[in-house]
Amino acid sequence: MPDATGLELIAAGVRERFGDEAVVGTMYHREQPTLEVAPEAVRDTLGYLKDDAEESFELLMSVHGCDYFPDEPRLAVHYQLLAMQRTDRLGVRTRLGADDPHVPTVVDIFPGADFQEREVFDMFGVVFDGHPDHRRILMPEDYEGHPQRRDFPMGGEPVLFTFNEREMPRWYE
Amino acid sequence: MSEDATTGDAPATGVSGRPVDIPYREREQSVTLERMPAHREPVYGTEVEPETELFTINMGPHHPATHGVLRLLLTLEGEVVRSVTPIIGYVHTGIEKSCEDQSYWKVIPFVERMDYLAYYFNALAYCMAIERLLDEEVPPRAQYLRVIHLELNRIASHLFWLGTSALDLGAISLLWYALRDREKILDIFEMSSGQRLHPRYFQVGGVVEDIPPGFEQKVRGFLADMPSRIDQYEAILDRNEILLQRLKHVGQVPLETMLALGVTGPLLRAAGHPWDLRKATPYSSYDHFDFKIPIGTQGDNYDRYRVRMAEMRESLKIVEQALDGLPEGPYITDNRKVALPPRHELATSMEALIHHFKLVTEGFRVPPGETYAAVESPRGELGCFVVADGSAKPARVHMRDPSFVNLQALRHMSEGGLIADLIAAIAMLDPILGGIDR
Amino acid sequence: MEVTRHPVEGDPADLRIRQLRASQMLRGELSDADLEAYVQERVGLTTLEKAQDWARANAPWPLTFGLACCAIEMISVVGSPRMDAARFGAEVFRASPRQADMIILSGRISIKMAPVIRRIYDQMLEPKWVISMGACASSAGMFNNYALVAGADKFLPVDVYVPGCPPRPEALMYGIIKLQNKIKGQPDLGWRERYNAYGTEERPGGVEVA
Repeated sequence: MPDATGLELIAAGVRERFGDEAVVGTMYHREQPTLEVAPEAVRDTLGYLKDDAEESFELLMSVHGCDYFPDEPRLAVHYQLLAMQRTDRLGVRTRLGADDPHVPTVVDIFPGADFQEREVFDMFGVVFDGHPDHRRILMPEDYEGHPQRRDFPMGGEPVLFTFNEREMPRWYE
Repeated sequence: MSEDATTGDAPATGVSGRPVDIPYREREQSVTLERMPAHREPVYGTEVEPETELFTINMGPHHPATHGVLRLLLTLEGEVVRSVTPIIGYVHTGIEKSCEDQSYWKVIPFVERMDYLAYYFNALAYCMAIERLLDEEVPPRAQYLRVIHLELNRIASHLFWLGTSALDLGAISLLWYALRDREKILDIFEMSSGQRLHPRYFQVGGVVEDIPPGFEQKVRGFLADMPSRIDQYEAILDRNEILLQRLKHVGQVPLETMLALGVTGPLLRAAGHPWDLRKATPYSSYDHFDFKIPIGTQGDNYDRYRVRMAEMRESLKIVEQALDGLPEGPYITDNRKVALPPRHELATSMEALIHHFKLVTEGFRVPPGETYAAVESPRGELGCFVVADGSAKPARVHMRDPSFVNLQALRHMSEGGLIADLIAAIAMLDPILGGIDR
Repeated sequence: MEVTRHPVEGDPADLRIRQLRASQMLRGELSDADLEAYVQERVGLTTLEKAQDWARANAPWPLTFGLACCAIEMISVVGSPRMDAARFGAEVFRASPRQADMIILSGRISIKMAPVIRRIYDQMLEPKWVISMGACASSAGMFNNYALVAGADKFLPVDVYVPGCPPRPEALMYGIIKLQNKIKGQPDLGWRERYNAYGTEERPGGVEVA
């Protein structure tokens, strides 16, 4: 795990390479570093971290999304990187607004992001530009809505008790 | 707005090379080799004229040889598989979304049901993430108990894999033998927590209850019997001519491809890379135990089979060491704000009553933050990503499931081979659809 | 392996006499009184429906239909030597719906899978039965959300519900036995019948019972 200073060095390396607006911030919480980048710079940053950084993180373990609903920008895509030789993990995060969220895909750098980006699209609606097979993966193909957003209702049906069983349509009616 | 997202002006294309806004049925028809994206050279060396029409068939969600509801779209040329597209989502339960509605304690049963053969591992990944966010210490006795249950669960998962894979390959009687031994492990689990599957035994801060008397004897009895049983299974399968012909040199994927895809677990170790989170980033006192990581040499299906058999033996060693060295002490953290107080205190202490009430009704609150905790499950790296926002319910729980990522390797394992090799590849891949679909 | 030998109960001479009479019967040598006595001892009379139901109940061939965690317990029922489904005639899990009698819906039914299950159920030939195993197949279980169909009975007629999460293999076997009783025409009406406890049900809508 790179410690706080290591994280700052990585952030400085990315800034130097791609400009100041690429890195939005760094977080170091409970000994876990997270680098926050701007959405346009995600692909370049991950490529840099994989190949060119002095301490490179050559594996992508996970791509997942999150919806920080009341906080703007709302949607986020997290990338979890791993460096096997040094057993270091680094989280890279990018935050997007919910209207027209686009992130460049990293499938050609890390082929393992294929299904995982499709899942983030399915569940949150984040569009990955350049993904070869950009469709829903877990929900049915014609489903409308992105279920894991915070404003999507939980769904399901109300539990039947005696006080409300007359109001619910039953399957045999 | 249509859900088929388009990237700029060019229409999105599906795997077969045709645009995805053509209706589904039409898209999958009449694919010829020249219109497909480049694939590897066929193993069987036949020259194919580009106008030959390939046969697309659906190996549907209901199939005896897919381990769960996995749907595969196969494009076949005779018996040779030209392309495999897995279609998943048939058991998608929305567990991650449901978890956002439950207090942290109640999420544990939800999360256990994701990878339903490695239930303790799911619970451990989640509990580790929460313990990290809360900065909680887990007492050593609880850590050892966790290790015992985890390794027994690993053996049980590998036994089930062995039974069902042997069933797929034709060695049907192994199903009964493997499940017979698995029953013994489930009896042990029932002894400690009352449930065979999904026992919600791991809690944040430790385990829910101490082991009963007689547990240790039962586990030692199991440990005494099991090595000879594994010997018997190996005697049936290891040098079996049919198994060797079906598994050796089949499904080889180069190590760089595995690493690029993010594959972990026995698949990566069979390819020769000794990566195991129990050794690399030890958690829950795994560094107190002496065990080896079996790795393979060729990365074919036979190595994957041998790696898992060897892992079962190593797990037996770990359980024995953990039982021998089981320290005395509390089985859950003393922090009453996180763990329930013991029952007898409720009669005498007012704070214990208040803590109990608060924990049971609202649950504990976790300070805001996010973290990712990873454990080594029988299928690979199982990670849990938790976002806490300061309330009593998690804001986001996501499991990085190993089967989901490993499934991307199925294409590489089976394209260019025969259908029977595809079945063997799925068997050796060990996918658990509950984890894939969540 | 241990081999034990037990002597056969009863007089061995009796067995011999029965064997001789059976061979006489087959050769057609028994006369009127003997023949009638023989027939009364050996032959039972029943209706065709009862015989059919008895045959169907004692050999329900399930369809391999494991969806999620309950499937593991279902495979334990058939595959584990301790809980053996072969004694119910149900060990032959057919993969093709055309050859199966019974479908055990073991696991959570997502909205993507429900049409698939319906198609497979439609492909099964009559008579067919459905056991909904587990909490997720009977209601939504613990997952009351957007992704599941809240119970298989929304699109299939279910015969037996087996609760549990997951139900123990013994519970599933009890469910299979209940199904067998139902097929034979003596459905197990539940505990109210057994304990003669009618008259204590809750009236819906809070209506007072006089």
